Amino acid sequence: MSVPSIDAPAAAHDGTDSEARPVFATEPRILGLPASAWPRILAPIAIGVVTLGLWELAVRWNEIPPYILPGPLLIGQTLVADWGTLSGSLWITLRITFMALAAAVIVGVTLAVLFTQSKWLEMSLLPYAVILQVTPIVAIAPLIIIWAGDINLALLICAWIVAFFPILSNTILGLNSADHNLVNLFQLYGATRWQTMRHLKLPAALPYFLAGLKISGGLALIGAVVAEFVAGTGGSASGLAYRILEAGYQLKIPRVFAALLMISLSGIAIFLVTSWISHLLLRRWHESALKREN
Amino acid sequence: MDTASLSTPHAVRPEGSKPLVCVRHVSKQFGNGTLAVRDVNLSLGAGEFVSLLGPSGCGKSTLLRMIAGLGAPSSGTIEWPTTTHDAAGEPQRDLGFVFQDPTLMPWASALANVMMPLTLKGVRKAEARERAAAMLALVGLKGFENSYPRELSGGMKMRVSIARGLVLRPKILLMDEPFAALDEITRHRLNDDLLELWWKEKFTAVFVTHSVFESVYLSRRIVVMAARPGRVMADLDVDAPYPRDELFRTSPEYAHLCRVVSGKLKEAIGS
Repeated sequence: MSVPSIDAPAAAHDGTDSEARPVFATEPRILGLPASAWPRILAPIAIGVVTLGLWELAVRWNEIPPYILPGPLLIGQTLVADWGTLSGSLWITLRITFMALAAAVIVGVTLAVLFTQSKWLEMSLLPYAVILQVTPIVAIAPLIIIWAGDINLALLICAWIVAFFPILSNTILGLNSADHNLVNLFQLYGATRWQTMRHLKLPAALPYFLAGLKISGGLALIGAVVAEFVAGTGGSASGLAYRILEAGYQLKIPRVFAALLMISLSGIAIFLVTSWISHLLLRRWHESALKREN
Repeated sequence: MDTASLSTPHAVRPEGSKPLVCVRHVSKQFGNGTLAVRDVNLSLGAGEFVSLLGPSGCGKSTLLRMIAGLGAPSSGTIEWPTTTHDAAGEPQRDLGFVFQDPTLMPWASALANVMMPLTLKGVRKAEARERAAAMLALVGLKGFENSYPRELSGGMKMRVSIARGLVLRPKILLMDEPFAALDEITRHRLNDDLLELWWKEKFTAVFVTHSVFESVYLSRRIVVMAARPGRVMADLDVDAPYPRDELFRTSPEYAHLCRVVSGKLKEAIGS
């Protein structure tokens, strides 16, 4: 052909070129963390330190008595001094939290799988799950404590009721949101229900489940603490919430703050751990875990 | 105009024997009352490359899905004369399907995506891995086995999708506008590679498209469809010899064939 330039084949852009792969820029690292990660850690710490400093100063200048508002230093000293009792209580609260969370995961995922297998089951049972979710736990906790007999079992049930619904509803959403064409493709290859569940629906539901898990982790702790408060007014508990009540009655306000601090730190730790698990499981493929250059 | 001509009606079958699929008087009405396909008759021979060409809404995708067994016809039958049938009388359709989107599982690597049909058929893992890797190499993706879909370009994802469609070595590969979303350069390249695969692997290809140029370049036979209701308007043979390449794409014959098919498509739209 004598036509010179028009139909020269563009061999470089053949749809298989390696240019299409994303380029992962290597960032300078400080103490093992990428440089861009440090502001996210340092900025909140700076705010925290400044706030605590102002708090301490305000308490000292105004000579506020510790039974009204203790300064952060005193709270820290109390935490160290009372560590023996407080850590025991923390352990009790955390144990209930994690057992409730585990039960919420097992029951939530199992129910979600069953519901997507049978519309009848979903129609019949889902309203009751919603009723459990919308009924204030404080209102039914006393009943559960009476019925359950064992206090630990009662606390576990309360925390579980609060924690399980986000996992259930998120997993149902996830199981139903598998790509319709992929469902067709599985059908076309004669996949069994179990194969479709195992290879398509469960992986598709994973990001939704993990989002539910993050919410439920915090809720399980709240459920455990709230139930302990209810049980604690009856004098029959030994978790952190009970320590708060007890210290409150005795006007040991620094101890109240120390226990509060432990609950908050536990909540943060649970959130970080569930976020980290989520990141590990999704980082290779899910949009939410991807880093973008633009 | 000697090597390439358009003959109609469809006369010579490439491999004279029994057709692979017979579509007889098939109509499809959806629940909302839309008549997507009306009284379509079509037989697909072994080794053919057939394009279903028509404007959007002409029921070409619906027809393709019915052939695949996704949704039964409202009336009429789709027969598989040469395949075995199971106890319930369902034909054991030996086919692969490529959607308009790559439709890959985002949580699985390219290799795992291609392995999926083998896994579902109960092929042992080691063998499935080997066969899937060979198929990926065949579509030009050697070295990308462990890449996740998001790490691949649009054209590469489509290649994975085609590899998955072919990994069971089906007799027939159904493709639903597979390259419609790709840029022209990638599309041309994939058209060439698809033809080469078809030539080597000797499957029957059914290719849904709304592009006259694509259908003429690829097919041995073009079924022109019209919309509202979807129906077959013309069944044309494209007599240009294979292998076809860049030279064919720029030849006067190709331009002529495109003009003729364009005319037929216009008639179909106008009617």
